[in-house]
Amino acid sequence: MNRSLLCALASILFSAATHAGSKIVATGGATTIEGSAGGGIVPWAVINGYASSGEWATNVFASQVGVDDFTLNAYGASLSYDNNWEWSVARQTFKLDTLGGELRQDIFGVKYHIAGELLYTALPQISIGAQYKIHRDFALPHAVGARSDSGLDLYLAASKVFFDQIAGRNLLLNATLRATKANQTGLLGFGSTDNNNYQLMFEGSAAVLLNYNVALGAEFKQKPNKLGFAAEQHWRDIFIAWFINKQLSLTAGYVDLGKVAGFNTQQGYYMSLEGTW
Amino acid sequence: MKWIFIFALLISGCSQQSAPSLYQQLGAEAGIEAIVEGLLYEIEHDKRIVHHFADTDIARFRRLLAEQLCQLSGGPCVYTGGTMQESHTGFNISLADYDALVEGLISVMQRQNISIAAQNQLLALLAPMYKDVSYR
Repeated sequence: MNRSLLCALASILFSAATHAGSKIVATGGATTIEGSAGGGIVPWAVINGYASSGEWATNVFASQVGVDDFTLNAYGASLSYDNNWEWSVARQTFKLDTLGGELRQDIFGVKYHIAGELLYTALPQISIGAQYKIHRDFALPHAVGARSDSGLDLYLAASKVFFDQIAGRNLLLNATLRATKANQTGLLGFGSTDNNNYQLMFEGSAAVLLNYNVALGAEFKQKPNKLGFAAEQHWRDIFIAWFINKQLSLTAGYVDLGKVAGFNTQQGYYMSLEGTW
Repeated sequence: MKWIFIFALLISGCSQQSAPSLYQQLGAEAGIEAIVEGLLYEIEHDKRIVHHFADTDIARFRRLLAEQLCQLSGGPCVYTGGTMQESHTGFNISLADYDALVEGLISVMQRQNISIAAQNQLLALLAPMYKDVSYR
């Protein structure tokens, strides 16, 4: 899997056109740890990269989240077309620093922009998306009560930039509704022995664009709580993203993941590096 | 009568102390002329969109765009051109074209050291024109 993903990344990189797309810098957003364009943990309605109408873009990212007892590494790539379609793939490796061992999950995503335009219409940009998640080390999640090693998340996202809002700066607001069965976003499998229902979760982000290249924001991600063995809590973060140019962006943040797998108050850093062509 | 006069004085005094209009922040007549010149330069050097201007009367375009930016930003001008819908019909301006023009405008405003707040105020006025300009 690692090798085939790397080969796919390499072929995308070398075949991609060298010029950036026409979208305005920063309007492709960052990339979430699940590989979809958005903030760090919330998928937005924006399409990854800078492909405007009739254009293609490719995007690669690597992220790390380090909290008290765990480390999450995520990397992946996406392809987007026409500012309407986004296809993504991501690999997550969740290191159990205190317990020992690691859990891996792969995420295949697709997003379609159905209405509105982030900057130019009164209607927010609205997109629908799906993330097929498959666990690669299911023995542990199974042992603690997870029902399935794979799951499909479906979401509806609305994003809008409001000009000249806070001290003359532009404000991005995003709201996402996600239907999911995932435990800890899938890192602990999907569903439980006594609950295999989809639950509707709210996720939100707000970011102030200090200038064209720097955004300061916060996110909230509501999460289900299906596994009996350990309570699961909502996630939140604050971040600063620097869109150096249309090729490179860096994001750093502070995350609060609440209780994870029996460990309390998991807080720490988030870092992400992203390249776009 | 005396009170009306005092009231008028107060109002005019207040308005003089209020924040400068967007027109002033853009550099008034000279500033807007420079924005228009800069944007014409950007268009001329942008392969993505320059073809849309192949048959444009540049002198007229320059005058009308300056009038429009002046009026929009609260300056003492009247825009004498047609509606945005009329003037873009037949050009089939795409989202990518619109993005390219906005990118050009941002470059010009950055070069002229216009404050980020004034840039965003102008973008807020221009962005909604997308629906009248695009795909006609």
